[in-house]
Amino acid sequence: MSTTHNPSTPSHWAAPRLSLRWWPVFLRNLLVWRKLAVPSLVGNIAEPLMWLVAFGYGMGALVGEVQVSTPQGSLAVPYILFLASGSICMSAMNAATFEALYSAFSRMHVQKTWDGIMNAPVALDDVVLAEMLWASFKSLFTVTAILGVMLALGISHSPLLLLAWPVLWLVGITFSCIALVFNALAKGYDFFTYYFTLFLTPMMFLSGVFFPREQLPGLVQWLAQWLPLSHAVDLVRPLFMDQWPQNPGWHLAVLLTYAVAAFWIALALTRRRFAR
Amino acid sequence: MPQPLFSVQHLVKRYGDATVVNDLSFDIQPGECLGVIGPNGAGKTTTIRMCLGQTAPDGGRIDAFGLDMPRDALAIKARLGVVSQMDTLDPDFTCAENLLVYGRYFGMKDRDIRPRVPKLLEFAALSHKAGAKPGELSGGMKRRLSLARALVNDPQLLMLDEPTTGLDPQARHLMWERLQLLLQQGKSILLTTHFMDEAERLCSRLLVLDHGRKIAEGRPRELIAQHLEPDVVEVYGPGALDLARAEAHAPLHALAARVEVSGETVFFYTQQAAPLLHALEKHPALRTLHRPANLEDLFLKLTGRQIREDA
Repeated sequence: MSTTHNPSTPSHWAAPRLSLRWWPVFLRNLLVWRKLAVPSLVGNIAEPLMWLVAFGYGMGALVGEVQVSTPQGSLAVPYILFLASGSICMSAMNAATFEALYSAFSRMHVQKTWDGIMNAPVALDDVVLAEMLWASFKSLFTVTAILGVMLALGISHSPLLLLAWPVLWLVGITFSCIALVFNALAKGYDFFTYYFTLFLTPMMFLSGVFFPREQLPGLVQWLAQWLPLSHAVDLVRPLFMDQWPQNPGWHLAVLLTYAVAAFWIALALTRRRFAR
Repeated sequence: MPQPLFSVQHLVKRYGDATVVNDLSFDIQPGECLGVIGPNGAGKTTTIRMCLGQTAPDGGRIDAFGLDMPRDALAIKARLGVVSQMDTLDPDFTCAENLLVYGRYFGMKDRDIRPRVPKLLEFAALSHKAGAKPGELSGGMKRRLSLARALVNDPQLLMLDEPTTGLDPQARHLMWERLQLLLQQGKSILLTTHFMDEAERLCSRLLVLDHGRKIAEGRPRELIAQHLEPDVVEVYGPGALDLARAEAHAPLHALAARVEVSGETVFFYTQQAAPLLHALEKHPALRTLHRPANLEDLFLKLTGRQIREDA
């Protein structure tokens, strides 16, 4: 880095300067995706459904019912419902993460699409915002398709599922923002393996997707309660059970805080990357 | 002098201890084509990046259309057309879609872009490829599509970073033809290039950069006249290098203003070629080429014949 700084140069950590210029960038991604939507849809929902069927029916036969604590006390729910409500959060996380890591990295680094866009009057901040919203949109799309299949399978008929939908969108936003931090740091696709094996895989097992967090040892349980996916599960699972979540404001606030902080960091790191 | 369209004053850029652009100043006048030439690592691309607000200068100022870069970056870019060194075309879109989508980045409405698309494709000689994707295009076609894309917003000034690098002669000539057409239409161009014939053909004025500094500036013919003798005689063949020894061939050297050796060839720079050619007839084994001094000679004189370590 240079030792003397031009005083007119704003810091990479300056507040995001956002405008409506993100829209044509979002629209660009939508247009590309429309051409590939059907195969990508199959890929996006086939895997989560295989998990659900294999574990839900297979393990469900062994496990039977799981106790879930609610404001009305402990409730026994079929394992397939327990798993479905957790794994849909995981699907929201995975879909957002894949798009904001691999696809965004292709556009940013491999195809140099971002460079082309920024030769037009679109600032980097708006490009990053567009990528974030796009990844969250794709995540919402995947989640919607899986919800549809779950409804068709009769796993849950809770009217509160309507509320789970915007919550899952927020989950997609949060994980898009976090993934963009790693996108900004990546030198190649290999780098993302670290993120998956060191962050996402442990999070998947510690956030109460497959089994209640209460099963974990005390210290791990304490750590797990700070994972964003835990908050997503705590919000979405009761909605699947036709129950109101406990402390919804707290869970929403944590997810939002993760999203805002991660977006800010992602933006600063991306600005630094592009200023070089 | 009219008000310049684009003005760069005392621009400085450092990376660590290395100063890659050092106190660089230049103007672009309306309707002119300014060429920037220099060896690899001379600071050409860094200068363009600063002009586009992609990297912040460590000193100096850039004024475009009366606006300040980087403060008014978006307003300036709305009036620029950019073709970067690497194609950034969208591989998933057809040629026509590439233009439409790019126009949207300028805030243009689809109903305003769509009528322009066939005209832009025609300009790029790509009308027959409207439905093809960039992967199906030749290198020259891709560059012309990039140029068409840069014109979607009807810019006043085009910034072209090595627009013909890697193209075959036919594709290069077609690109030159199109750029000349744009100049006739009153567009202004900033062009970086490694091809001296391109610079001589297109540019009304040249900037020679080396090690981040401006080492010469002027009209191509005037620069050649200012720095070089008008004629060059190249000599090669068995024993040619021996002619370069001044003490052994004093009468021959007296006929040339300057003698240079590069590889197996000896270059005689002279005010009058006829006596020199006559004297060389005594060496029938040697082959000679007599030609006027050109921009390449100037470039090599100013920046040296040595291959750069980073080249």
